[in-house]
Amino acid sequence: MELSDVWFVLIAVLWTGYLVLEGFDFGVGMLVPVLGRDETDRRVMINTIGPVWDGNEVWLLTAGGATFAAFPEWYASMFSGFYLALLLILLALIVRIVAFEWRGKIDDAAWRRRFDVALIVGSWVPAVLWGVAFGNLVRGVALDADHQYVGSFGDLLNPFALLGGATTALIFLTHGAVFLALKTDGDIRHRAARLAERGAVATLVVAGAFAVWTQVAYSVTWTWAATTLAAAALVGLVVATRLRREGWAFIASAVAIVGAVVLIFGSLYPDVMPALDPANSLTVDNASSTDYTLTIMTWVAAILTPFVLAYQGWTYWVFRKRLTAEHIPPHAGLTFSGSVS
Amino acid sequence: MDALDLARWQFGITTVYHFIFVPLTIGLSPLVAIMQTIWVRTGDERWLRLTKFFGKLLLINFAIGVATGIVQEFQFGMNWSEYSRFVGDVFGAPLAMEALAAFFIESTFLGLWIFGWDRLPKRIHLACIWLVAIATNLSAYFILAANSWMQHPVGTVFNEETGRAEMVDIGAVLTNVTLLAAFPHTIAAAFLTAGTFVAGIAAWWMVRSLRRGDETTARDVYRPAVVLGTVVMLVSGVGVALSGDWQAKLMYDQQPMKMSSAEALCVGENGASFSVLTIGDLSSNECGDTSTIIAIPGLTSFLAKGDFDAYVPGVNELQERAEELYGEGVDYRPDLFVTYWSFRLMIGLGLGSAALAAAALWYLRRGRVTDKGWFARLGVLAIPTPFLAASFGWIFTEMGRQPWVVAPNPNPTGVDGVWMRTARGVSTSVSGGTVLTSLVAFTLLYGVLAVVWFRLMKRYAAAGVADSEIDPSPEARAAAPSEGDGPLSFAY
Ligand code: HDD
Ligand code: HEM
Ligand code: HEM
Repeated sequence: MELSDVWFVLIAVLWTGYLVLEGFDFGVGMLVPVLGRDETDRRVMINTIGPVWDGNEVWLLTAGGATFAAFPEWYASMFSGFYLALLLILLALIVRIVAFEWRGKIDDAAWRRRFDVALIVGSWVPAVLWGVAFGNLVRGVALDADHQYVGSFGDLLNPFALLGGATTALIFLTHGAVFLALKTDGDIRHRAARLAERGAVATLVVAGAFAVWTQVAYSVTWTWAATTLAAAALVGLVVATRLRREGWAFIASAVAIVGAVVLIFGSLYPDVMPALDPANSLTVDNASSTDYTLTIMTWVAAILTPFVLAYQGWTYWVFRKRLTAEHIPPHAGLTFSGSVS
Repeated sequence: MDALDLARWQFGITTVYHFIFVPLTIGLSPLVAIMQTIWVRTGDERWLRLTKFFGKLLLINFAIGVATGIVQEFQFGMNWSEYSRFVGDVFGAPLAMEALAAFFIESTFLGLWIFGWDRLPKRIHLACIWLVAIATNLSAYFILAANSWMQHPVGTVFNEETGRAEMVDIGAVLTNVTLLAAFPHTIAAAFLTAGTFVAGIAAWWMVRSLRRGDETTARDVYRPAVVLGTVVMLVSGVGVALSGDWQAKLMYDQQPMKMSSAEALCVGENGASFSVLTIGDLSSNECGDTSTIIAIPGLTSFLAKGDFDAYVPGVNELQERAEELYGEGVDYRPDLFVTYWSFRLMIGLGLGSAALAAAALWYLRRGRVTDKGWFARLGVLAIPTPFLAASFGWIFTEMGRQPWVVAPNPNPTGVDGVWMRTARGVSTSVSGGTVLTSLVAFTLLYGVLAVVWFRLMKRYAAAGVADSEIDPSPEARAAAPSEGDGPLSFAY
């Protein structure tokens, strides 16, 4: 195996980490208008992901940085090609981040409503668009001989990619509902569990269709294993949510996401960005950095990744308790209108 | 305007904006860690109150630093894809390392700090904020490694076949002499920013508490914070001056054009002076129609070479030299108006606040407090100056490097043959309209966020420290058991 192949796998691993982790916190944000009936409910929901959402997001930054370092041509062609889609994702992530930190800072219903909108939009938009982007990546895009994207934004909105968007949205929504059922108690836990049950069935249908389409139209034989794994996990998810086995359900939705990433990256390989005209495709070979850079980066990743996994894992352990309305302290109590005391 | 100009505006706007919040985060997180350390070691509740007060301000600021940083990570690919293709082999590495080594720690342990007040043992909770503080400074190191490489490429060769810069020595990239100077300079600037922030707010509150007749709070809570802030300002003021002087000496070797542009020196001189005020039309970039009003003789020569009589080449001469080396028909001179004024504003605004700190420390000597209104006003007015100084510092560094995005370094410490003009780095497949769309979108969104950030910071600063804080740590709770695990002491 060449080092560039190793890095192709590592980038797939980083995306897996990102989609599994940020997947559930997107889901929680997406569900705020559905499950958060009153202010306390909403705060319970937001606080389940409070300690972890930022750490989850860094998986994306690392995937971006690693792509830049290991496959500069891929980084350059993909982000300039998917310009407007990425712009929308960035704008959404920006408003989402400030919403977490600023929403509770002022005790005013209108203030909170605005940040709820930011949180909800900021969670839905990337949840859909990541799927659209991956769909296009698998399908192949219009690249010229210099690996420049020559298609339009409209070309990216084809049926296959849109199905990809529906898939990620549904899978994250369900993953988030399962997470909430696992991390809360009382009324909200039951509502989340009921929603997860229905979400699981919808995901099975939509994601199943997307996986089979990918497999048949764009993939290779061995990825049937990933497709089968993802499908089995989704069936398991349907069963586990029905039986209210929350831990198992969470594992199942996580495994389904892993399976989907393996399927997508497996279909790409040995391309990193297939072109509609195969002669122009960016491949693991022609897009990669030099062996020297890849060797250095391999050492860095090998040394640091275990630490990252250890302390992120520890965080989940520290905050392992279920949250309920009793854990939610009163509001900060500051308002803009009140006179400065 | 074409895609290039728009992309430049976008990069300038988003990066300067990111760097408004970044220095406060870099400097304030260690200061909050110090406050919390004092509390944990002495059990003195005043420092817990200060920790929580400045901690909240830190969190409001941190969010916007993170939000605007994400744009930075991707915009090289979006707007500067040709640049990314050219340098990815060497430039991507520090970026990836920054995420793996610094951002993961920063974000994970900040989450633990925010939500861990009543979950983690006191000392472990304290360790969390220290890890955040160290990681923010570490992230600065890696990103400055990337930036310093663009100023002074090292550890790299140009591969004729692929047309790309290729890394051959990561050690050289991470110990680039330009980086060794830029890192302390930037960190000192960040501490100056945070010190001014802490001192300014605490000074305002000290005066206010006294006027309300609450001398205990003024003396026991706010005065120590003013002293902490002003001492940090003084030390870091010396730090920026020393490291800045070193940077100027390196610049004389590495980017002489930038050094001469800082003084808008058109014709070379021995013993070049440093003008404090020049009038006339610098913006035309034509030399000769300006006159200097106040000047310090020999200072520019001293900054450049450590010798008041040294020869500093003029911009015109350097233009000719560059034409010989890199081809005719290109204006190798940066915008002199921008370089001249940004350099002066950086130094003046930053050191001005450090000078104020010295005066304030003397005024408060031996336990004095004051209820003078002007003291409070000056404290608050000082707060924005280091922010502005830091922005002008970057504007100088980056604009002074133009027209290069990767500056050529024919001098012995850099590698020759690796360079790129900014105009060649821009994405060729992205249309002007597309860049304009994102430029407008970012500018509008950032404008709104700036207003909200400012109102929140002001509101939380105006709330003052709490009258009392209960120790939320598990140790304290174990000593005074209550029923259940109670509400979180901090929640969104
Ligand atoms: C000297 C320091 C410095 C400089 C020059 C820059 N940054 Fe920055 N950046 C930081 C210092 C910093 C920080 C202090 O570490 C921040 C601020 C808030 C935070 O969370 O970390 C940060 C945040 C931050 C984040 C979000 C991290 C997170 O989610 O935790 C990203 C992706 C970047 N930055 C990327 C960049 C890029 C690509 C830059 C160059 C164009 C850049 N920054 C300039
Ligand atoms: C790794 C770090 C950095 C890199 C790679 C970088 C790179 C660049 C690039 C590619 C440009 C575009 C060329 C141009 O606009 O003329 C630029 C311009 C600029 N950058 Fe940087 N930069 C970095 C850090 C910063 C920071 C932290 C700041 C300040 C906050 C900054 C401020 C500017 C400014 C003011 C311009 C000029 C914009 C203009 O030309 O209109 N840069 N830089
Ligand atoms: C005697 C005072 C100072 C001197 C001689 C000085 C010198 C310099 C020089 C020569 C550069 C350009 C480096 C390059 O382009 O290679 C620079 C950049 C910069 N300066 Fe200063 N400076 C001083 C004070 C300050 C102050 C007070 C601040 C902020 C509070 C500040 C913030 C910055 C920043 C953020 C940069 C850009 C980052 C970097 O290149 O390090 N400087 N300074």
